[in-house]
Amino acid sequence: MASTAPIAPLPTLPKKHYLNDGTTVASWLLTRDHKRIALLYLVAVTVFFVIGGLFAVLVRLELATPAGDLLSDDSYNKVFTMHGVMMVFFFLIPAIPGTLGNFLIPIMIGAKDLAFPKLNLASWYIFMIGATFGTYSVLNGGLDTGWTFYTPFSTVASTSAVVPAALGVFINGFSSILTGLNFIVTIHRMRAPGMTWFRLPLFVWSHYATSLIMVLGTPVLAITVVLVAAERIFSFGIFDANRGGDPVLFQHLFWFYSHPAVYIMVLPAMGVMSELVAASCRKPVFGYTFVAFASLAIAIIGFFVWGHHMFVAGQSVYAALIFSILSFLVAVPSAVKVFNWTATMYKGAVSWQTPTLYAIGFIGLFTIGGLTGLFLSSVGLDIHLTDTYFIVAHFHYIMVGGTIMGYLGGIHFWWPKMTGRMYNELLAKISAALIFFGFNLTFFPQFVVGYLGMPRRYHAYPPEFQMLNVLSSAGASILAVGYALPLSYLIYSLKYGKVAGNNPWGAVGLEWTTTSPPPTANFEETPLVTWDAYEYPARVEGHVA
Amino acid sequence: MAPRVDAFYLFLVGLTAFFSILIALTVIFYFVKYRRRSPDQVGTRIEGGMALEITWSVIPLLITMVIFGWSTNLFFAFTRPPAETLNIYVVGKQWMWKFQHLNGQREINELHVPVGRNVKLIMTSEDVIHDVFVPAFRVKADVLPGRYTHMWFNPTKPGRYHLFCAEYCGTKHSGMIGEVVVQEPAEYEAWLATGRAEGSLASAGGKLFQDLACNTCHRPDAVGRGPVLQGLFGRQITLGDGGRQTVDEAYLRESILTPNMKLTQGFQPVMPAYQGLVTEEGVLQLIEYVKSLGTQPQSQPVRPASGGPAPGETHTPSPNEVNR
Ligand code: HEC
Ligand SMILES: [Cu+2]
Ligand SMILES: [Cu+2]
Repeated sequence: MASTAPIAPLPTLPKKHYLNDGTTVASWLLTRDHKRIALLYLVAVTVFFVIGGLFAVLVRLELATPAGDLLSDDSYNKVFTMHGVMMVFFFLIPAIPGTLGNFLIPIMIGAKDLAFPKLNLASWYIFMIGATFGTYSVLNGGLDTGWTFYTPFSTVASTSAVVPAALGVFINGFSSILTGLNFIVTIHRMRAPGMTWFRLPLFVWSHYATSLIMVLGTPVLAITVVLVAAERIFSFGIFDANRGGDPVLFQHLFWFYSHPAVYIMVLPAMGVMSELVAASCRKPVFGYTFVAFASLAIAIIGFFVWGHHMFVAGQSVYAALIFSILSFLVAVPSAVKVFNWTATMYKGAVSWQTPTLYAIGFIGLFTIGGLTGLFLSSVGLDIHLTDTYFIVAHFHYIMVGGTIMGYLGGIHFWWPKMTGRMYNELLAKISAALIFFGFNLTFFPQFVVGYLGMPRRYHAYPPEFQMLNVLSSAGASILAVGYALPLSYLIYSLKYGKVAGNNPWGAVGLEWTTTSPPPTANFEETPLVTWDAYEYPARVEGHVA
Repeated sequence: MAPRVDAFYLFLVGLTAFFSILIALTVIFYFVKYRRRSPDQVGTRIEGGMALEITWSVIPLLITMVIFGWSTNLFFAFTRPPAETLNIYVVGKQWMWKFQHLNGQREINELHVPVGRNVKLIMTSEDVIHDVFVPAFRVKADVLPGRYTHMWFNPTKPGRYHLFCAEYCGTKHSGMIGEVVVQEPAEYEAWLATGRAEGSLASAGGKLFQDLACNTCHRPDAVGRGPVLQGLFGRQITLGDGGRQTVDEAYLRESILTPNMKLTQGFQPVMPAYQGLVTEEGVLQLIEYVKSLGTQPQSQPVRPASGGPAPGETHTPSPNEVNR
C-alpha cells in the first residue's frame, strides 16, 4: 500500500501502446486512431496558440504607452484582428474538443474509437486547410476587420485579406460540424454495455451539449462568411445600406453563431472541470444530473441571446428587453454548476496536485467572468460598457480564465494517460500560480479602465488611462512566462518524466482502468460497466498523493 | 443619468464582490480543511441534495430578475427622450465627426451644448458603422449608414468631455475622437451666434429644395404632382398599400432617397430617387426644411429653426389630410 511506497514496484510503460504502434510519419498523418488524431490537434492548436499569443504580446507592448508609437495604426488593427481570429477560430474552438474530447470520449464510454474514424481524420485535415487560409491571410497583408468581420467595413471599406480569412473560417467550420456529428453519433451508439446515459462522465455530457451547438450553429457562421466574401467579390448589396441592404443583418447572423460559440469554447472546459473536481476530491460530483442538464440548458438557451451584442446597434426596445432577460436566464445554469463544483469539495479528500490548482483557479475566474456578464446583460448599463475594455476583460475572464484554465488543467490531468509519463510537479505548480496571478493582473485593470471609458480596439488612448494599461501589460508578461513553462516541462517529460502507471491519481473512470498510454484499441477487452460515474471504493490504490 | 448608472453599477460590483468572495472563501476553506491526508484516502460519498439544488437555482434567478428590473428601468430612461429636446444632427465618416446645429452652425470633432438642456443627437454615417460614446454621460449609440439613430443626454456641469468612436471603423478608429463642450446657456448662445453665414439648416434646405427642383412637384397649393409638404411632419399618413406611417426624420429620409419604397396613397411613383444625388448633410437640410414647413402639434416640439417659419404657421390643408 501507499505507506510502503518505497518498496512498491515502480510502474513501467506497457510494451505495446498507441504511441509505438507505428512510428513512420505516415502512421501519424494517415492514422485513424482517435488518440493519435488528438495529438495532431494538440500540436496544431499549440502552434496557433503561440501565434495568437505573439500577436497579444504586440498589442500589450503597444498599449504600454498612450501614443500609438510602436506600430502604425493599420498594423495595430491587423495585430488585434489576427490575435482574435487565431485565438477564437483556431485555438479556443478546437482546443478542448479536438484534443481532450477526441482522446477521451471513446475511452470514457468504453469504445474502441469514434463512430467515424476516417471522418475524424478528415476533420483534422479540414481544420488544417482552414488554418492554412487563415495563416495565408496573415502573411498576405493581414486582416484588419476585427475577428467580428462587421459589415459594411469588411465588405466595402477594408482593403485587407478578408476573402482568404473568411474562407479559412468557412472551411474550419466544416471541421467543427463533422467533429460535432462524430461525437454525437459516438455517444449515442458506441457506449460499452452497462454505460447508461446517467453513468456517463460529465465530460461526455458537456461534449454532447457542445456538439449540438457545433452542428446547429456553425452552418450559420459558414453562410455568413460566405455572404461577406460574396459581397466583396460580386457586390450584391446584401449588407449595403446604399442599395437597400442592411449592415446590421450581418450582426444578427454573426452573433447567432458567435454567441453560442462562446459555449462551444466554455462547455468543454466545464466538462473538464467536473472531472478534475471529482478526481481531486475522490467523490462524485455534487448534483450530477443538475450539472449534466445545466450543460444542455446552457446550449439551448445560448441560442436565443445573440441580440445582447447589439443593444446599441439600433435594436428595437422590445427586442433588447427579450435578449436581456434571456441572457440573465442563461446565467442561472452556469451559477448552478459553480455551486455544485464548490459543494463537491465538501468532505472530499482534496488533492493538492496541479490539476486541483487549475480547477479552483477556474472556479474563481469563471465566477468573476460570469458575474460581470450580468453587467452586460443589463441593457441600461451595457450601453455604457459595450465596446469598452470592460467587454474585453469580461470575455477574457470567460475564454482565458475559463477555457484555457480548463484546457491546461485537463492537459495536466490526462498528460500521464496520454504520454505515460509525469511532468515536473513543482514547475507545474509554479506555472499554475503564475498564470493565475498574471491573468488577474492583466485583465482585472481592464474592467476598471473600461468603466472609465476606454474603448476597445484603440491604437492610442488618452494619457489618463496609462497607469491601468501598464498594469495590464505587466500582467501579460507574467502570463506569458506562465504559458511558456508548461510548454517546456511537458516536452521534457516526454522523455525524462517519471513513468506514470495506469492510474497515477487514484481516480475512477474507464480511462484509468486501461494502460498509460492506452493500447490502440483502448482496452484489452470491452469493459462491462456496473458502476456509476465517480463511484469510489472505500480506499484507492494510492499513487501520487 | 450618470449618477443613476453609477448607483446601479456599484450595486452590481457589490453583488459580484459578495459572491466571488463567498465562493473563493468556501473553496479555500474546503481546500485546506478537507485536504487529502493519506494517498489512499477517499472523499465521503455525497450524491447531491434536491433542496440545495433548488435553493441555488432559485436565488440566482430571483437576483437576476431584480437586476433585470432595475436595468430595464434605466434603459427606458435612455430610450425615451423628454418631450422638449434640443436637436443636433451628427454625421460620422471615416474618421471624423460632423455636427450640425439647427441654426446652421457646424463643427467638426467638437460638440457644443448648453448645460441643463435635454440634447438629442440624430445621427447617421456616410460610410461604415461608427458609434458616439461619451463616457462622462454614460451614453453610447451606434451610428449606422442609411439610417438615423438617436441618443439623448442632459449635461449637468460645464466642461470638456471625451467623445470617442466606439465601433471599430478602420485605420484611424482611435483617432476618431472629439470633445463635448458643455457651456453655460449664455456662453452657448454667444458661441452659436458666431459664424452662421450659411444661414439655418432649414434655409439651406429651402435653397436645396429649389436647386434640386423638388418645388416643381411639391407645391404649397396642391397642384403639383407630389403631395403638399406643408404641415406634413409628425402627421400619420396612409400609404399606397393601406399601411399607416408616422412622418418622422427616418420616413422623410426614405421618401427623399428611395421614394418608391413607400408610396403615399393617391400618388404615382413618379418621384425620382435621390439616392447618391444628395449628401447626408443635404438630406438633413431638406428634412429640416420640410419640418420648418410646419409640424403637427401632437409631434415632438422642435425648437423653431431660425430662418424657417414657426410650427403651424404655414399650415395649409393638403390632399394627405383627406386620408385621415
Ligand atoms: C417628379 C416629381 C417629384 C419631384 C421632382 C420630387 N418629388 Fe417628392 N414626391 C413626388 C410624389 C409623386 C410623391 C408621392 C409618392 C411617393 O411617396 O413617392 C412624393 C413624395 C415625397 C415625400 C413624401 C410625402 C408624403 O406625404 O409621404 C417627400 C418628403 C418628398 N416627396 C420630398 C421631395 C424632395 C425633398 C424632393 C427634392 C429633392 C422631391 N420630393 C422631388 C414627386 C416628386
Ligand atoms: Cu453573447
Ligand atoms: Cu470608429
